[in-house]
Amino acid sequence: MNMNFLLLLLDGLKGTVILSLLTFLVGGTAGFIVALSRLSPFAPLRIAAQLWTQVVQGIPLLVIMGIVYFGPAIYGIFAVPPLIAATIAMAIWASAYLGEIWYGCLRSVNKPQWEAAECLGLTRWQRMSRVILPQALRLAIPPTVGFMVIIVKNTSISSLVVGYAELSYNAKVINNSSFEPFLYFGLAGLFYFLVCYPLSVQARALERKLNVANR
Amino acid sequence: MSPIVEMRELRKSFGAVDVLKGVTFDVERGQVAAIIGQSGSGKSTALRCIDHLEKINGGELTVCGHALHTDKPDLAALRKDVGIVFQGYNLFPHLTVGQNITMAPKLVHRRSRKEADEIGREMIAKVGLADRWDYYPEQLSGGQQQRVAIARSLAMQPKLMLFDEVTSALDPKLTGEVLRVMEKLASEGMTMILVTHEMQFARNVADKVIYMRDGRVHEMGGPEILSQPSTPELADFVNEEF
Repeated sequence: MNMNFLLLLLDGLKGTVILSLLTFLVGGTAGFIVALSRLSPFAPLRIAAQLWTQVVQGIPLLVIMGIVYFGPAIYGIFAVPPLIAATIAMAIWASAYLGEIWYGCLRSVNKPQWEAAECLGLTRWQRMSRVILPQALRLAIPPTVGFMVIIVKNTSISSLVVGYAELSYNAKVINNSSFEPFLYFGLAGLFYFLVCYPLSVQARALERKLNVANR
Repeated sequence: MSPIVEMRELRKSFGAVDVLKGVTFDVERGQVAAIIGQSGSGKSTALRCIDHLEKINGGELTVCGHALHTDKPDLAALRKDVGIVFQGYNLFPHLTVGQNITMAPKLVHRRSRKEADEIGREMIAKVGLADRWDYYPEQLSGGQQQRVAIARSLAMQPKLMLFDEVTSALDPKLTGEVLRVMEKLASEGMTMILVTHEMQFARNVADKVIYMRDGRVHEMGGPEILSQPSTPELADFVNEEF
């Protein structure tokens, strides 16, 4: 095994983690807005959020990635730096799924909780932020951590289109000169596993713990 | 002084089903009114209309001076004047008893933490649960949760308290402890409207009994109508319930 190759893989792992975090941050923010919009009393906003969710969920991430990266450049507007393009595409994709997950969590807080808060004179936003969100948060943690695993693995799709130096991309580059696919893709797989497995374990543990509290 | 609740020919339907078909009654300041009737008679719906949890379809309804039959009723003002307690308690499970009680005084009345705590402590003592201030709702019995819910409403210092079948989910022993709290409130002069199946309680505490049947007020009067009903329907109903 070549030490340089190993370092290159570790460098790719760093890229994967950075892209994952950025995706969660940007996609999470957008997803939160999508989830809140779907509960808005303002119908156009509600419909727009629902449409966004359905359209994005209906398009493969790879295609979103291609549109975001190649689109602007072809029309000569500007060339999007790979990390930015990857983040935007991943965030668009994640916002639709996280929005859906969180919308479901918000919806599953019982309606009488809304009523009780309303009757105490709380404004709409106070009801949401003080009563509904804290309860939905408990429900949201396990599926959200579970989705983070999917984000980490799906960052590999950015290697195909964008050429951002993450784990899969670097594994491919190494394989092109070493011709040892089992070794280097295997190592890449191991690295993904080492990041994802603790998250999965954590998600399962949280699920158990919060279920007990929610009895 | 005008009545605290003035309901005139109130109508409410859910889709094609007419639940309230013209309900008329008044409740005066300081009165305790008990709404009784079979399931499906519209009694809970009538109560929920008073707090605008159901939008009314026709008739007139004025509560604490706020007209609810207008296009844009002043709900913020209404909710400051009216408290409601539900069958399912509906305490906020993520907050302690103290936080449940002091949240609305702080957010809606803009009281300082200290003021809100003082009011809250006073109210929790009134319902006899002063030692449960730091508990979470799930650590309390149903009767205790319901008493906390009453304290939570009282902390907003409402002019009118609504009780929507508040003891229906409780066993007889726990029912007793909740009813005692309500009796105490009534004796302190709180204006109360309760939807209830507790006939004994209605007879002992209510100043006014409203018997609803099929979306209308069928018979109304003082608590004596429970012992001497003038309509055969109320006589039947009373016989079944006692």
